[in-house]
Amino acid sequence: MVELIKSNVNIDFLGKSKLFFVISGALVILSLFLIFTKGFNYGIDFAGGTVVQVKFESTPDLDKLRNSFKDLNLGEMVIQTFGEPNDILIRVEKTSAGLKETADAIQTKIKEVSGNQKIVIERVEQVGPQVGGQLKKKAIMAIIYSLIGILIYVSLRFEFIFSVGAVLALFHDVIITLGIFSLLGKEITLPIVAALLTIVGYSLNDTIVVFDRIREKIKNSAGKLTIYEVINKSINETLSRTILTSGTTLLAVLALYLFGGEVINGFSFALLIGIVVGTYSSIGVASALVYKIKK
Amino acid sequence: MKYKFRWATIAAIVIAALVMMLPLKEKIKLGLDLQGGMHVVLGVETEKAVDGKLDTIVTQLKKELKNANIKYSFAQKTKDGKIKLGFQEASLTDKARDLITKNYPYLVDSSLSNDPEILVFSLDQKEYDKIKDYAVEQAVQVIRNRIDQFGVSEPVIQRQGKNEILVQLPGITDPDRAIDLIGKTAQLRFHIVDENVSTQDAINGNLPFDDILLYSKEYDKVTGKLKQEIPYVLKREAVLTGEYLTDAEVRISSQFNEPYVLIKFDSAGSKLFDQITAENVNKRLAIVLDNNVYSAPVIRERISGGEAQISGNFTMDEAKDLAIVLRAGSLPAPVVVLENRTVGPSLGFDSITKGVKAAVIGFLAVMIFILFYYRVSGVIANIALLLNFILILGVMSAFGATLTLPGIAGIILTIGMSVDANVLIFERIREELRIGRTPLNAIEAGYEKAMSTILDANITTLIAALVLFQFGTGPIKGFAVTLSIGILSSMFTAIFVTRTIFMTFFGGKDTKNLSI
Repeated sequence: MVELIKSNVNIDFLGKSKLFFVISGALVILSLFLIFTKGFNYGIDFAGGTVVQVKFESTPDLDKLRNSFKDLNLGEMVIQTFGEPNDILIRVEKTSAGLKETADAIQTKIKEVSGNQKIVIERVEQVGPQVGGQLKKKAIMAIIYSLIGILIYVSLRFEFIFSVGAVLALFHDVIITLGIFSLLGKEITLPIVAALLTIVGYSLNDTIVVFDRIREKIKNSAGKLTIYEVINKSINETLSRTILTSGTTLLAVLALYLFGGEVINGFSFALLIGIVVGTYSSIGVASALVYKIKK
Repeated sequence: MKYKFRWATIAAIVIAALVMMLPLKEKIKLGLDLQGGMHVVLGVETEKAVDGKLDTIVTQLKKELKNANIKYSFAQKTKDGKIKLGFQEASLTDKARDLITKNYPYLVDSSLSNDPEILVFSLDQKEYDKIKDYAVEQAVQVIRNRIDQFGVSEPVIQRQGKNEILVQLPGITDPDRAIDLIGKTAQLRFHIVDENVSTQDAINGNLPFDDILLYSKEYDKVTGKLKQEIPYVLKREAVLTGEYLTDAEVRISSQFNEPYVLIKFDSAGSKLFDQITAENVNKRLAIVLDNNVYSAPVIRERISGGEAQISGNFTMDEAKDLAIVLRAGSLPAPVVVLENRTVGPSLGFDSITKGVKAAVIGFLAVMIFILFYYRVSGVIANIALLLNFILILGVMSAFGATLTLPGIAGIILTIGMSVDANVLIFERIREELRIGRTPLNAIEAGYEKAMSTILDANITTLIAALVLFQFGTGPIKGFAVTLSIGILSSMFTAIFVTRTIFMTFFGGKDTKNLSI
């Protein structure tokens, strides 16, 4: 039998809960600090604006491109490569000009500077300012709704205390993931929100498996074991499953991150972080929280 | 053979899925992000429709007052969306009020009592809302007509919320042209040129109340830059509008070998056109589309027969599109682009290639790992994984779901997660074996005990997926759909299918070794 985690493993997770709480607390506070001071690099989905992706025949000179775009007077503008050196991404913040006029101006300019080069407009994405605001509101509501839904379901299936532990752990996962996005200045787009919700679902998945075991143990041990022992034993017994499933999921998402292409890169990056953080919180934080509240 | 019923069920489901999904290329609908295309959300400026309606009412009122011999000194639309009428004496005001309340039940009298010679009417809320609502409905119709004539396969044109319209055009190659075509208000009007006022005066602001100043704009065909602007002073009231149009087609002029658009009026329009041209010989008639003067030819003689031509230095495509928008009718109010996401076909193709590559690699990595870890039982789990994949594609084809790039990610993620149910079961079986149960007992106990965990874990993920579906648009919805389908089908394959295999091959009492 191949074993990643020895079957007789017996780690005192609850005994180390202080350490986990310190680490988690520090990470959450640091993330919140980053989120409130540095903020997010909102993509056009939420901030509004225009993104045009162009494929040039040969690698263009970025500085030259930037200079030639200056006289368009479209306000703040970012010009960068996207994946490959001849794939150029032009991003314009929201401007007073209409979306259509902005897109037209950029495309006319590109044709002008490309000279005889063959160019392909690969993608144009534009979101008006009012739509961006709506999308932001919707995204926040989606996360709140799903947390409420989960709170209700877990309360019904387990004790209320468990759902509090689970939801707190989920907040922990989401906040840390967002903190890392803020730290690295990665763009927050609609797909990132989808990834966050998936992380919520996934991390909870892990947590529920442990909770399930705790519930079963409480029923079967009939008071022979203390709560402390029950929780520790449950985490240990499900440890190999937790690591295995996270491992296979991580393998799949890693493939997506490495080979899925630039368009889906941010999305798979969020999933990668979320799975790691979610697995950690399921083992180290969620049950420990339940224990602390119960005590 | 034992478990005949179970095997028959599995076979039936797999065959159904295969029938549904094959041939793959035809059955799986690709999202705009994978096949290329455009997704545009338009906002209808419904206030302008109300404005237009007020204009029509004013024109109508003037006629009716004239017919009833009620002399008015002025009748106009105010800036705050009301209709204001002035009369010489108070007795006429009463007559006019009677006439208006009788013929226009949706106009509310909001005159101020201290000014007996002036009447003010406003639209009631119901009519106001109705005009706005109708404007959006009509805009959807008109855009649908235009797209139909433009020729796009499987377009989506639908109303979204109160005054937004969603337009999705798969596989479009010239998005600029499409946006121009969709977004043109196409309000065609004919105005008589007012030769008594010099354009210079008008530009300086000396414009009589019943005149308007419009321009003829000419763009450079290569750079798209404005080449020149010619100002025109026109009579404010249009003598004829596009509503009398029955047809518009592209013709080539024999003289200049340039395309122009020939328009045809219905019988009422023909009569009007005949009358107007007769009355205005030697004057110039401006043809105005969306406040842009296309041409202003001099009327040489009375024109009967109900045909007119719009020329304006068109390219063939421009002339064709103009004919389309004129045929399909005008938008009741202008629209603005609120959101535009266009993906070119090459990027879409690139995304599929990369997505499929990532899926295959992820799939193989997970399978190899499971095989290495669980040996013979791993083979069983992998069979479940493969079936799961087939089921996802089958269900997606059956429901006509759309595969998007995040959707592919959803499949990859489900592959990673779908082994979870099997891992849960297998780890349980291992535990049972460790405490000394026979393989048969261990299998049964393993499945039983893992069941509630699997249900709880999957239902919570499903909750998140459903929320995603509810709030998401386009590609995100695609992700939620594949994730939900993946969760459900993985439960079937990981629980039902693997158990059937186990029971068939290890279900005998003499099973001694279980490779797990």
